[in-house]
Amino acid sequence: MPSPTTEEELSGIIAGAEGPFRILGGGTRPIGRPVQGTPLSVAGLSGITLYEPGALTMVVRAGTPLDQIEAALWAENQRLPFEPMDHRPLLGTSGTPTIGGVIAGNISGPRRVQAGAARDYMLGVRFVDGAGRILKNGGRVMKNVTGYDLVKLMTGSWGTLGVMTEVSLKVLPRPGAAATLSLTGLDDATAVRAMAAALGSPFDVSGVAHDPAAGETLIRVEGFATSVAYRAGRLSELLAPFGAANVSDDVEGVRARWREIRDVQTMAGQPGDVWRLSVKPSDAPGIVARAGAEQVLYDWGGGLVWLRLAEGTDLRARLGAFGGHATLIRASAETRAAIAPFHPDPAPVAALSEGLRKRFDPKEVLNPRLML
Amino acid sequence: MKMPVPNARVLSDKARIVARLRAVLPEGAVIDDPSETRAYECDALSAYRCPPLCAVLPATTEEVAAVLKICNEAGVPVVPRGSGTSLAGGALPTADSVILGVARLNAVLETDYDNRFIRVQTGRTNLSVTGAVEADGFFYAPDPSSQLACAIAGNIAMNSGGAHCLKYGVTTNNLLGVRMVMMDGTVVDLGGAHMDAGGLDLLGLICGSEGQLGVVTEATLRILPKPEGARPVLVGFDSNEVAGQCVSDIIRAGVLPVAIEFMDRPCIEATEDFAKAGYPQCEALLIIEVEGSDAEIAEQLELIKGIAQAHNPVELREATSADEAARIWLGRKSAFGAMGQINDYMCLDGTIPVSELPYVLRRIGEMSKEYGLGVGNVFHAGDGNMHPLILYNANTPGDLEKCEAFGADILKLCVEVGGCLTGEHGVGIEKRDLMRVQYAPEDLEVQMAVKDVFDPGWLLNPAKVFPLDDSASRRVAAE
Ligand SMILES: Cc1cc2nc3c(=O)[nH]c(=O)nc-3n(C[C@H](O)[C@H](O)[C@H](O)COP(=O)(O)OP(=O)(O)OC[C@H]3O[C@@H](n4cnc5c(N)ncnc54)[C@H](O)[C@@H]3O)c2cc1C
Repeated sequence: MPSPTTEEELSGIIAGAEGPFRILGGGTRPIGRPVQGTPLSVAGLSGITLYEPGALTMVVRAGTPLDQIEAALWAENQRLPFEPMDHRPLLGTSGTPTIGGVIAGNISGPRRVQAGAARDYMLGVRFVDGAGRILKNGGRVMKNVTGYDLVKLMTGSWGTLGVMTEVSLKVLPRPGAAATLSLTGLDDATAVRAMAAALGSPFDVSGVAHDPAAGETLIRVEGFATSVAYRAGRLSELLAPFGAANVSDDVEGVRARWREIRDVQTMAGQPGDVWRLSVKPSDAPGIVARAGAEQVLYDWGGGLVWLRLAEGTDLRARLGAFGGHATLIRASAETRAAIAPFHPDPAPVAALSEGLRKRFDPKEVLNPRLML
Repeated sequence: MKMPVPNARVLSDKARIVARLRAVLPEGAVIDDPSETRAYECDALSAYRCPPLCAVLPATTEEVAAVLKICNEAGVPVVPRGSGTSLAGGALPTADSVILGVARLNAVLETDYDNRFIRVQTGRTNLSVTGAVEADGFFYAPDPSSQLACAIAGNIAMNSGGAHCLKYGVTTNNLLGVRMVMMDGTVVDLGGAHMDAGGLDLLGLICGSEGQLGVVTEATLRILPKPEGARPVLVGFDSNEVAGQCVSDIIRAGVLPVAIEFMDRPCIEATEDFAKAGYPQCEALLIIEVEGSDAEIAEQLELIKGIAQAHNPVELREATSADEAARIWLGRKSAFGAMGQINDYMCLDGTIPVSELPYVLRRIGEMSKEYGLGVGNVFHAGDGNMHPLILYNANTPGDLEKCEAFGADILKLCVEVGGCLTGEHGVGIEKRDLMRVQYAPEDLEVQMAVKDVFDPGWLLNPAKVFPLDDSASRRVAAE
């Protein structure tokens, strides 16, 4: 498998392409329509190029293992605020997640409700497009409106517009304390209301999830110790109408619990397909009721819903029209070839996306049709 | 600043174009009398002026679509306009263009506290978005200093920021969806009340595209619960270096203030004369604001004060009341106005890595002597977004050109140290021809290819953002 170690080498490989490539970072996220093509690994483009903790910025090559980045940040009491999900447990993959894969998929975790998604922390990008051109956009400063924001466009484009070689990220301080409040026994609609109440409070909630099977509704706060204690107390009062909240403030325990949520651990190893729904939070319980899923997990206060369904179920057909989108995250290659894994866009939007693909990848060599 | 020669065919066709526009718009929504089109001849970069062919003020998305369809068919350039506060000439017309103002599209369409968003028409002003939700304890975070006047339309087009974006992000981080009309009249919806994009992040692409990809008529914006309280401290230092180091140390210590604003001596002196905020006379001062409950504020401020003390400040003033807090902010908020009292000024917007602050400020000081033009610096230090204000006299022949050359040198310096030309004001015409300093030809080519997709005829705000020479073949092809 070609595994270039420089941008120039990568550019040469793509410019000389005779057929499509399947772009790989660590290969831990086989998501989207299966791609027929020569595997092309970005893992050889690795290493942190620049890290300035006092400026909250890090520049890193796309193939750098996420572990390495997180360790470097940890040592400076900082972190990637968007809390990227590790797909390995859910998808049953192995290998080493890379930052390139995280950015290509705009992979974000529970903290998305408070801190934003991966795209919100992307400051700059270097990439090779489908014609082999080496391109850049953005930079390494926190505010930049110089020209069009291709940084956002590249984030979440799943390697279909270009192969990213380097990304610049904004990072944030990692608070020392955290607490989880848990409410028990709420039905889905009530849980979503409780989560909305927490998110609508000034107490800077950084995670809100609901696991119907466990009967648990979880709310996270993070920060300085006294502040966490204060906000956990105030939230308990605020949420009293929904029952007595149990508060756990053991940092390790809190971290482990939210890692389970982030990685949708409860669906790991369970049979069937897994769908990911992005909806208006208050719509979620109604949509879930129509989905007939075997298992459900609400994150982002209901804005993100994970559903486990019998293999081959076309969830979109079952739901009919709704605001938002449904992505088939885990299914066999056959199912992902038969049911579009990414939610089809309305015609005028699809035409724009198609137009962009033609410009960025005129020979259709970069993960062709992965997002269609 | 060069602008393209207006298209003679369009100029001579004015009467017919105006009549067609009148046919699809309500009475009074088409302005073509030269005495009235003058109101649209410039934005806040007022050194450049040119009345448009005509201005239209549609009140619905459908009317916007009808206007664009006509202009597209007739090959007439369209310049979208919010409130005209752009500092980059983004809303500057050409003589052959139709100004499409969205000021009449100013309704709140939906407010939803459970899901924390507001849907508005984009002619609504920034501050009045917060105004619509304030009584219920919410606010819209991006707060450009021009927020009383500027419209959400312009904020989206420029991806505007504000003093509080260190914590809350800029427009793009607070924008959930748009309804947009393409040049051919097609209406598209991108995003919505849900939190992330489905396919490609076209919403992220639209934000900051300076009115060149489509006319945004509606926006779904994230609103946030108001914090329990906020309080600033003011710290004065006897050198820019030390102030810069203090910013970096605060950030490293793990506190994330909502704002860290920086003013240098020329700016402090000007604002003191103007606003009498009682600022210490020193080389540099920082205004640092934190949020939370009283106890949380106290805890963060203790930490910040500890760090500041270690840098031997010449003054450290903590607000103990709302009145004192307002006084601390007073000088900062009147800084632009104060500089404007002294002279005409040009406001730059380059952004640099925070670590380069002392070096860049020193270089700007040296260049100021070389050019013989005064400059004051007031800016968002936490994110390195500088606002050097170069003072010049519009009535002195040659001063404007000198000021522009000085400005260009500062922006080149910003790029040289790893920064960029513009952090929040946009490129417009002002920085158009400097784009090559930051981007290689192929980097600009790929951006122009994006415009080809959205506006194949290059009719939407065509003479902006890209160096005129670079966009020439595309613009000419459009004629
Ligand atoms: C005193 C002063 C202080 C300022 N402070 C700040 C600040 O702190 N932070 C900051 O970021 N900016 C600041 N600005 C700059 C300016 O206010 C912003 O760029 C603002 O977002 C412009 O909004 P507007 O509605 O006035 O847009 P306009 O000036 O009317 O237009 C700006 C751009 O948006 C495009 N546009 C307008 N409407 C639409 C539409 N419906 N669809 C598509 N494109 C459209 C225009 O074509 C143009 O390119 C300041 C300006 C002034 C004068």
